[in-house]
Formats: sequence, structure tokens, C-alpha cells
Amino acid sequence: MRVPAQLILGAGLSVVFLAVALLSLVWVPQDVTTLSIADRLQPPSDLHWLGTDHFGRDVLSMLMVGARISIAVALLAVGIGIAVGVPLGLWAAAKRGSWVDEVIMRGNDLIFAFPSLVIAILITAVFGPSAVNAIIAIGIFNIPVFARVTRGGALSLWTLDYILAARVAGKKAFRISLEHILPNIANLLIVQGTIQFSLGILAEAGLSYVGLGAQPPTPSWGRMLAEAQTLIYTAPRLAILPGLAIVFMVLGLNLMGDGLRDLLDPRLRRAAR
Amino acid sequence: MLRFALTRFVSLTLSLIAASLVIFLVIEVIPGDPAAYMLGLNATPEAVTALRDTLGLNGTLAERYLNWAGGLLRGDFGQSYSYRVPVAELVFERLWVSLPLAIYALALSTLIAFPVGLIAAARRGGVTDYGIMGVTQLGIAVPNFWFAMLLVLVFAINLRWFSAGGFPGWQDGLLPGFKALTLPAVALALPQASILARVMRSALIETLGQDYIRTARAKGLSQRQALTRHALRNALIPVLTIIGLQFSFLIAGAIIIENVFFLPGLGRLIFQGITQRDLIVVESVVMLLVFAVISVTFLVDIAYAAVDPRLRRR
Amino acid sequence: MIRLENLALSIHGTPILRNMSLSMAEGQVFGLVGESGSGKSMTALAMMGLLPPGAQVSGHIHLGDTDLLTRTEPQMCALRGNELAMIFQEPMTALNPVQTIGDQVAETLLIHGQATRAEARRIAQDRLARVGLPPDRFPLSRYPHELSGGQRQRVCIAMAIALRPRLLIADEPTTALDVTTQAGILDLLKGLVADEGMALMLITHDLAVVAGLADHLAVMQKGAIVEQGATEAVFRQMNHPYTRQLFEASGHKPAATEQVSPAPLLEAENVTCEYPVPRTGLLHRPPPFRAVDRVSFTLNRGESLGLVGESGCGKSTLTRALLGLQPLRGGEIRLDGQIVNAGERMPAGMRRQMQVVFQDPYGSFNPRHRVGRLVAEPFHLTGRPADAAVRVAEALLSVGLQPEDAQKYIHEFSGGQRQRIAIARALITHPELIVLDEAVSALDVRVRAQVLDLLADLRARLGLSYLFISHDLNVVRAITDRVLVMRAGQIVEQGPTEDILHAPQHPYTRELIAAAPVIPADWQDERTHDARPLV
Repeated sequence: MRVPAQLILGAGLSVVFLAVALLSLVWVPQDVTTLSIADRLQPPSDLHWLGTDHFGRDVLSMLMVGARISIAVALLAVGIGIAVGVPLGLWAAAKRGSWVDEVIMRGNDLIFAFPSLVIAILITAVFGPSAVNAIIAIGIFNIPVFARVTRGGALSLWTLDYILAARVAGKKAFRISLEHILPNIANLLIVQGTIQFSLGILAEAGLSYVGLGAQPPTPSWGRMLAEAQTLIYTAPRLAILPGLAIVFMVLGLNLMGDGLRDLLDPRLRRAAR
Repeated sequence: MLRFALTRFVSLTLSLIAASLVIFLVIEVIPGDPAAYMLGLNATPEAVTALRDTLGLNGTLAERYLNWAGGLLRGDFGQSYSYRVPVAELVFERLWVSLPLAIYALALSTLIAFPVGLIAAARRGGVTDYGIMGVTQLGIAVPNFWFAMLLVLVFAINLRWFSAGGFPGWQDGLLPGFKALTLPAVALALPQASILARVMRSALIETLGQDYIRTARAKGLSQRQALTRHALRNALIPVLTIIGLQFSFLIAGAIIIENVFFLPGLGRLIFQGITQRDLIVVESVVMLLVFAVISVTFLVDIAYAAVDPRLRRR
Repeated sequence: MIRLENLALSIHGTPILRNMSLSMAEGQVFGLVGESGSGKSMTALAMMGLLPPGAQVSGHIHLGDTDLLTRTEPQMCALRGNELAMIFQEPMTALNPVQTIGDQVAETLLIHGQATRAEARRIAQDRLARVGLPPDRFPLSRYPHELSGGQRQRVCIAMAIALRPRLLIADEPTTALDVTTQAGILDLLKGLVADEGMALMLITHDLAVVAGLADHLAVMQKGAIVEQGATEAVFRQMNHPYTRQLFEASGHKPAATEQVSPAPLLEAENVTCEYPVPRTGLLHRPPPFRAVDRVSFTLNRGESLGLVGESGCGKSTLTRALLGLQPLRGGEIRLDGQIVNAGERMPAGMRRQMQVVFQDPYGSFNPRHRVGRLVAEPFHLTGRPADAAVRVAEALLSVGLQPEDAQKYIHEFSGGQRQRIAIARALITHPELIVLDEAVSALDVRVRAQVLDLLADLRARLGLSYLFISHDLNVVRAITDRVLVMRAGQIVEQGPTEDILHAPQHPYTRELIAAAPVIPADWQDERTHDARPLV
């Protein structure tokens, strides 16, 4: 099996960002919580590779910590989506056509009517803004996505003869779902997970840009952009760098997702059979 | 067809009722007294009681819901605490910015995406296709609010073709209004167009592999004729789905973009509502946005049936 | 009129066709016969100029005076649908689902600029009437999804003959259709050849179909023609061993098993199954669809019972009900005297008695499991025995595979081998009864004959009973003692297989038997009496 070039490129980019995020747990060039007005708006130098912001904080360090926040929020949100959405989708498919299926699918439609930002706004209106609320908001939005993908994939498998054979062997729907359905839709879920991961990065950036994400002093890419907006004339660097970080992170994930799809697509595999 | 539309309409109504219940309950679960919450720590007990009355907070949960929902149906969204005017008035005023922005962006993204997707599919595997796929891959990765800032940097600050923000209103004619909405609409539309163009391309390519395309070719249609006469309409079905789903993203995007360009739309209103703890405003605007998403889903369903005769009988 | 000379084809360097030469005349039917993968469809696509990308062709394809291989793509577009036309195997997907049948037939005329819009619609109506879709019942405004498979194939034919082409290529035009529908389509094609004076190339895997229709016949194997000539002569002579193998396999009858004294094993009494019908309105729900309607029969121990019917007759639903996978609306099923209940209430000890082999050799196995695990799956019913690995090996040996095959994945096996694995899986719990649901329908004739032999052998050795479900009378004749004929949810006739096939009582059984294509008996007799033909 030939590994697609975009998969290598995308996985490479994603791994770099992940490594930087992990590195920021143990080491960053400069502390990002101390403000130093004297060092404000420094251009790139040996000390500050990417310069400083209007509070004198090191931009590279902030970007590194921001990567960690971004990845953590998006990853946990994907986790929520999978943990809730996949079992619901499997259940709906196992009970296809029954009221269980109907209730799950209508519930999905209902959540789909709430854009993730609107969910975040509602949660924030109630509990106040925080990174946790951003995770919950994006996570809730992910649930119907995974439920649909799971149900769709599972439904097509339930019509296959090997499922009938398992039923003739006396296996129950729960066991069949775990043993025969889930492993065979894992490819779909991996690809969808990558897509939702990248959408989560974008959503986190948007939420923290409007102040609904991680709160100060924790740096995040979205809020760095929000703060840079008023300085865009004097220091466009501050507005461009976090944006580029978002673009490359999302690009990496999307390329990886497309590459995985090409590699794992069951239709392509069937053609090669 | 009429029966299909009616069935969809009933399901639209049910979705709206369910959504309003969810929003109402979320606002209700706020710990403590919403009136006290809205007025903050320094409020006098009299002020809280007065606000409870205006908010219609007296009575059982069911009564309060019916009051609120009944008000929505009559166009009475309640009284904004912070603005001291009816919410309906506020919302209506802001709608004249947000709605044109959303339509402008949706139209722009569709107008760009259709021809681009068509060309990429027709030139599948060629240099043009690779170029389009590369650019759209980048387009998807760009956050719209950052793209908006770049547009401001280039077209407002450096080139001075547009203003960096604000909205002159529609009273001086359509042109100044549209000019002020152009950069925001472009910022919203290009990432959406990238997604749509890719969906268009893959839907067309998928359709081109179907048996009926081979039948059409056996009739004497050239590859291009088969594409335009047979593949296009069939490919519209998945494309419509994505347009429907995108509307939800467009609304979220518009809320953020309004903040980048300081546009006095619903997005600004909702954030002002949050900072000023004006829950009635938040509740009403959220309901309105959800109403918009559900209505678009309904319209997409109707469009499906127009494209696909197999659905009309259902 | 149409001549192929030394046609050769390779796709991305893989040779597909070699040294193909044949010629066809107007007003005649040319049959092209071969098993799957023999290159018959590629020959047709090469003639149409519709080969997939990466195809390299050499040789000549003459249509009259023009060599089609030298034509440019625009020139070929002008010829396709005009001089050359083609219909395909799968009528369910061959039509554009969002366009009316009238528009699709008229398009053939419009695209070649042969008619104005109004004329095109009039001619389309005319042609649709000619193929048996009269405008009063099938107006031009119908959509494909409103028609049955046979009717859709008729629309495809109307589209193909709209401009009265000189050559019509029909690639397995009836393979996806029921036998009675097939007979109608074959009659139509025969009539069109006679009326319109066109040449018809009929591509099929079924020797009986060409025997009844074709004037000339070519047999293909591995991308080359091994034998060709006038149809009757080819059948009488069979110069090439491959032709002989094909012929023998298609009428193959495994050695009979002697019948023991009748003792009931599986009994069905007034079995009825229904499906809910989707709502047509908000409040209105039509009555449920009755898929199986008061079916009663008895299958005796050691017996092989056939169940014959066309698609949609309810045989799949009945199968599921018998296996305890489908709840009954009424009636009773008894296995060995015990009542079969659908769903999880059915005791494992009872399930163990009854196993199944399905039609699709590709969809019958979880692609992620090794063969050993696949075959052992029914041990779920008995608890995994200590000697499970030994029993898997035994089961594999008994179906003609090797014990080492347990370590392989299913994609490493061919269709016929997969059906053997499915049989091994059915045998593992030592059941009394095996339900064979179209178990050999997807196989090529030679492989089918081998699997039928295996089934007969297993039955003799292990004393198994079979319920053999099929749409194919030939196969049913080969392997069953008694047969049930099913139509619209009901058993219309039952009795010993030979009696039913020779002296059918019910009109539907008669129709089925009459519709099934056969190779004329005297052609075969001559072959057996005089195997060495005169040249």
C-alpha cells in the first residue's frame, strides 16, 4: 500500500505542533505570565526570536503555550464527541427503524440546529467564560457528527451477510456492534476524528478570539489575535504570527485526514481486491 | 410534492418547539434568581422584585415557558434590561445588518464555489485541478476572522479602498451599505467557498462514475456533455446538504466577523447582552439564530425534493 | 459488416485481450460467451470506444468501411448512439434518476441533431411503445424509480434503438433480471433484430441464453476466443475442451443420495410475516405488507428441499423466519418438534441445529478476522470446545481446503473458495440442517458445479438436510429431492422435483419453466452419441 504524500506532509506538520505543545509543558524560552512594559513591542532578536507583544511577553513562548491550549481543547472535544456520539450511533443502527433510532436521530437534528458558537454563548451566559466551557461547547457540537457517521457506516454493515451469520451464531446486537461493526467503521471514525480535530482548532480560536475561551493570563492563539487587532497598524507581526500558527496546524490536520481517507477508503480497497 | 412540503413543515415546527424548550431551560438553570443575577450584587430587593415582574418570572415553570413562547409568536421578545427598550426593536434594527451580510456571504461563496468545483472536476488530475485543490485546502485552514484582519490590513490600511470597520446604515442608499459589508462578506465567503468547491468537485467525480453516465456516453454524449447534462443535477444533492450545514457555520462566523469590523449586527448585540448580563437579549437572539438554521434546513429539504423526484413521493 | 481483426488490449500494461478476430452480419445475433474476467465486456467497450484510461488497443475494428480505432473522440461521439449502441447489465442504475424516461430517450435524437424537440418526443414515444412501454400506461413523464427492473431495461433498449443503429451491443442484458422478465427482454431483442435489420452482439455467461437466440457464437477464455462458429454447429461439435467444460458444468448433476424413510425435521405451519409500510401522510398508515402468507411445508430428515421463486416473492423473509431472525405475524415453525421463536429467546442448542450459507461470497465474512476465527464463530452457541482448533481444521478439510488456511484472511480466497469456507462455518457445530440461500448463484458455472458436488458429497457423508433456496431451476433440479414453488408470499405448488419440472400443475410453475432458457435436447443428444464430430 502506497502512503499518500499529503499524509506524510500532514502528519509531519501535526507532529511538529504536538511536539511543540508537549515541549511547552516543561520548557518555554520565556515565562508568559510576567509582564514587562519596558520590553513591549520588541522586534525579533536573539533573546526574543519572534519579538514581544504590547505587554513585553515573548511571542514564541505564547505561541507554544497557545498550541498546547488549542490542541488540548480540540482533542478533548473530539473525545467527548466520540465517547457520546459513537455509542449513540451504534445503538441507533442496532435498533434501526425503532423509536430509539428515531429519538436519537431527532435529538441529533436538534443539536445540529445550534452552531457551536451559539452553544458556547449559552453556556457562557450561564457559567461564565472558560476553556472548559469551550471544550464542552465544541464537544456537544461533535456529538451528532460522530453519531451520524457511526450510524451511517453501521447501517450499511448491518445489511451484510456476515452480520446475519453472526446472528445465526446466536450473537446479540451489543456483541455484534462491538465485534463486527465497530472495527469495520474504525476507518471512518479516524478520518472524521481528524476532521473534527481541525474544526475544533478553528472553533477554539474563534471562541477565544471573542473572549469565550481560555481566560487571561493563559495565552491562546485566538486572544493573541484579538489583542493584536488594535495594533495591526504598528505591529502587524503580532496579528500575522498566531494566524499562521492556526493555518499550519489546521492545514496539517486536514492533509492528514485526506491522506488517511485515501489510504483507508473501503471503496478503494474493494477496487484493489 | 405538497404533501412532502407539509410533512417537512410539521417537522420544522416540532424542531422549533424543541429548540425553544432547550434554550428556555438552559437560561432557567442559571443558579439563583435570574433577576438578581442580571442586576448584580448591589441591587436593592425592590429593584429585583420589579425586574422579576417585568421578566415574567412569577408563576410555574410551564407558565413562564408558555408566556415567553407565546410572546415570541406575537413578536414580543420582552424588554431589554440594559437598553430599556423592547428586545424586538433591538433585534429588528440589527437584523438589517446581519441578514444582508449572511445572504451576501452565502451568495458569494456559492457563486465562487460552483464554477471552481466544476472546472476542477472537468480537469480532474490536471494542473488546474491540482492548483484548485491546493488553494482550497489552504482556504479551509484559514480562520475567517484572521482572514478578515488580513483584508483590513491590505485593503483598508494599505490600499485604503474600504474602511476598516463600522456601518453607515442603509439611509444613504444601497451602495455605501454594501461597500461596508463587502470585506466582511468576502472574509466569511472564501473559507466557505473552499469547502463547497471541494464538495462540488468530489460529488461531480463520484457522479461521473455512475452507470447512467456510461449509458449517456453510449448514447453519443461527449464527456463534457455527460458532465453538464447528467452529472451536474445529480451532484447537486450532496452539495445542497453541505450548503445547509454550512449555514450554521456561517452564522457562527458572522457573529465573530461582526466583532472584527465593528458592525452593529446581532453578533455585537449578543456579546453586549452577555457582558451586561442582559439574559433576555441573549435568549432572544439565540432563539432567532436557531430559528434561522432550522428554517434553512427546511428550505434545503424542499430543494432536495425539487432536484430529486424520488423524494417527492415520501 | 462488423469485423474485429487481431484486436488486442492491455490496461496499464496488463494484457486483457489478445488476437480477437470475429465478424458479424446485419440482421443476425452474435453470442459472446465466457466466465467472469474472460474479457467479454472489455471487447464491447473497445468496440464502443469507451475503454477506461490507461487502455492500449491494437488491431482493427471495422464497421462497414471505417476502422473505429482510427476515429477521433468527436467522431466516435457522432457514431455512438447513432450507428453503434449499447445496453448494460444493471438496469436499476443505468438510467439518470432525476430525468424523465421521455427526456432520456429523446436525448439520443437531440444529441445527434436528428430531430427537433417536438419530433424527438414523438419518436421517443414511438420507440418506447415499440419496446413494450405504451404511452397510455408509461407516459414520457415517468421517472426511472417508478419502473421495475425489466421496464427500465426496456427504456435502455428504446434509448439504444432510437436512431436505428447498425450494431447493438447487449452486455449481460438479463443477468440482473428474473427469469420470466428475462424471457420478455430476449424476445424483444430477437424481434428488434428481425424488424430493424441490425446486428446484435449478445454478451452472456449463460450458454442456454445464446443457444436460444444467437446465430453465431464465440466462446472466450482468458481474453481470447477459443472457439467460434454457427451456434448449432458449435454446440454439436465442441472442438475446444473449454467449451465442453462449460457445457458440462452448466447441466451438471451431482451423484444422487438415496432417501431414508421420511421423519419430519423442520415443519412450517401457516407461517405469516408482515412488514410495516412507511406512512403516506401524517396520520395515514397503509396496512402492512404481507411478505410471507400462510406458508406450510415439511422438510424431512436427510432430505434436500428446494424453494424456488423470483425476486420479491418472499423467499428471503421466509428464510429469515425459519432461522429465527424474523418475528412471525402468525403460524408456527418447529425444528425437531420444538417451536422456533424469533429473536434472542431462541435457545442456543436449537440454533446449533440449523446453520446457513449466504449468496454473496464477498459480504459473508468480516474482512478483519482470520479464517480460523470466522469458521469458529458458531462455537458461540456451544461454548468453545477444548479441541476447537482441531475441529476448525477438520471442517476446512471436509470442504476441500487445508488446515493452514485458518491463518489466512478472507481476501486471499476466490469466490468459490469463500463459499467453501462459508460451508465449513455452517458445519462446525454439526448441525442437522443447512439453509443454502442462493449459495451458488454468484459463482461461475464451473465453480458452481464443483460446489454442488461438494454439497452432495457432504450430505451423503454426514446425513445432512438442506433447504436450498434459488431462483435457478437448473440448480434446483441438480441438488434437490422435492421443491416448493413460491409466488407473492405463497407456496403455489410443491412435490418431488422431477415431477414438478416435468409436469407442472400450477400456471405460474408452467410459466417459470417455459421462461427458463434451455439448450435444445437434440443438440446435446447428438453430442453424447457422437462425440467425435465430422469436419
